[in-house]
Amino acid sequence: MSSVTLKNIVKRFGSFTAVHQTDLEIPEGAFVTLLGPSGCGKTTNLRMIAGLLDPTEGEILIGGKRVNDVPIHKRNLGIVFQNYALFPHKTVADNIAFGLKYRDVPKDQIAGKVQDALDLVQLPDVGSRYPKELSGGQQQRIALARAIVIEPDVLLLDEPLSALDANLREDMRVELKRIQDQIGVTTLFVTHDQSEALAMSDQIVVMSAGRVEQVGAPEEVYNNPASEFVANFLGASNVIDAECRAKNAEGAQLDTPLFGKVTLPAEKSVRLSGAGPAKLVLRAEKLQVMEEGAAPEGLITAPATIETVDYQGQTVRYFVRVGDAQLQALNMIDERPFEKGSAATVGFRPQDGSALAPA
Amino acid sequence: MAARDSSLGWHLIRGYAMAVYLFMFLPIIVVVLLSFNASQFGSFPMTGFSFRWFGELWNNEAILRAFRTSLVLGLLTALISTTLGVLASLALVRYKVPGANTISTILIAPILVPEVVLAVALLLFLNFLGVPKSFGLLLFGHVIFTLPFVILVVQARLVAIRRDIEEAALSLGASPVQTFFQVTLPLMLPAVMAGALFAFTISFDDITGTLFWKPGGVETVPTQIFAMLRNSISPEINALGTVMIVMTVGLPLVGAAIARQMSKKSGL
Repeated sequence: MSSVTLKNIVKRFGSFTAVHQTDLEIPEGAFVTLLGPSGCGKTTNLRMIAGLLDPTEGEILIGGKRVNDVPIHKRNLGIVFQNYALFPHKTVADNIAFGLKYRDVPKDQIAGKVQDALDLVQLPDVGSRYPKELSGGQQQRIALARAIVIEPDVLLLDEPLSALDANLREDMRVELKRIQDQIGVTTLFVTHDQSEALAMSDQIVVMSAGRVEQVGAPEEVYNNPASEFVANFLGASNVIDAECRAKNAEGAQLDTPLFGKVTLPAEKSVRLSGAGPAKLVLRAEKLQVMEEGAAPEGLITAPATIETVDYQGQTVRYFVRVGDAQLQALNMIDERPFEKGSAATVGFRPQDGSALAPA
Repeated sequence: MAARDSSLGWHLIRGYAMAVYLFMFLPIIVVVLLSFNASQFGSFPMTGFSFRWFGELWNNEAILRAFRTSLVLGLLTALISTTLGVLASLALVRYKVPGANTISTILIAPILVPEVVLAVALLLFLNFLGVPKSFGLLLFGHVIFTLPFVILVVQARLVAIRRDIEEAALSLGASPVQTFFQVTLPLMLPAVMAGALFAFTISFDDITGTLFWKPGGVETVPTQIFAMLRNSISPEINALGTVMIVMTVGLPLVGAAIARQMSKKSGL
């Protein structure tokens, strides 16, 4: 188990810069997720840590040691690939034993370790089968077993759940997290799926266009996004214009054309430096659509017209017109959803908003 | 009306197909049949069934020598072509080689160039260099025009072997060489075998290039047959033809069966 550090890492492919200068610290034993859309550089970072790509600039440290010049097969990493990458010509047991053959594991202990790994991924009886005889989810468990049986310093997961179908993906998510907790290995997880990132990570690194947008705990990244990109990538957000009137230790006073005065608590206004133009971020789930004229205590409200109703069973997504802006609201359904075209009131608690400095 | 037309049409097509098959295979069938003819003369009517000509073949020192030459030549050609073909395919598929497409085209070009042209060109070139004809030259020529077949087969297979399987092996601690022997080679073995068989049968079969390149006194089976035919049509030739057919048709069939068996097991 070791920490991983990226220092001033840059990766260029020809004239294209895939990763702009990046610093990153993955603490020992942590589960850190690189989250971003495809092409944001997250997989490039993972492949550089793995030793499958050489960084153009900067240093990679694993357990405090520089590994830039250490080839992949000497880095002692466990990698789980998106498409499992099991050896099709070897049995499951031989797949798992593969990495042990290149380590000083006595022959008579290999079978025991393989069985322990199979038990850990809850597939104790498939050792003699070939990979193609297993389902996708089972294959991915075997791939995980193969990666952790060698007791790697770092576990690298490259979109390991993307090839699975939706139900299985949620099961595997829980399973993966359980196993990581159990063995406590430093883990870097790469995904484009925000719910996977939120559910599993100790820390999320949100990336966009080769740059790190924000690093933080899931709640932090979710509740207090550092940029408009982060606000919109982790679920839907409304980003509305605002003007900061004053900021002090208690919080910030914002003026918004849509909702009038909004007072944000201090922890939600850390990204403002003082009076001046600002943006108010309102998550779609935090914007409540109510009966016309409702004015519950503690909510900042504005009259609205419902333009689109996107019924999703347990929840409903409204697109509502407030002033000259269209806002999104994602609400639990209480009895019946509001009807398209009807007048309503939208409101939010000020502590559910957060502020951004304009880009 | 339309139905009758189409059924007539189908009969015609069927008849035509039969005619083509007859045209293609009748000569071969005749050779095989006549090789079991008891008569002195390699022609119909057959006078009885006999293995006599196979026996004669077995006692004909010139033919046996030619057979040994062909066998050695074919095996060496297969070995060298396959080794070079696998290495070339690996380089072209797995590494960024500048001008990979051009190299690939050039490597495959010998298939497109008429063999006579290739044969004369190689001969003139080596003449120009002052290299005399030798068994080595013959082997060299055979490697040149069997290599494209190996490359085509192996390359196609290698493209289908996902890179991440090799990366997984590397990440687990296998060095690049160990990864090749543990993962890549076993997965492409069916193609390697097929390529080797191709190389062997093509070399074993070849006459055009061989006639140009072979040094004096060295005969392969095809050139031996050719030489024998100049004197007379002996029934021995029929027997030899049958042996050749069994080898050049049988070997690839066996090879294909093995390859299918192996890829079934590996699930690719």
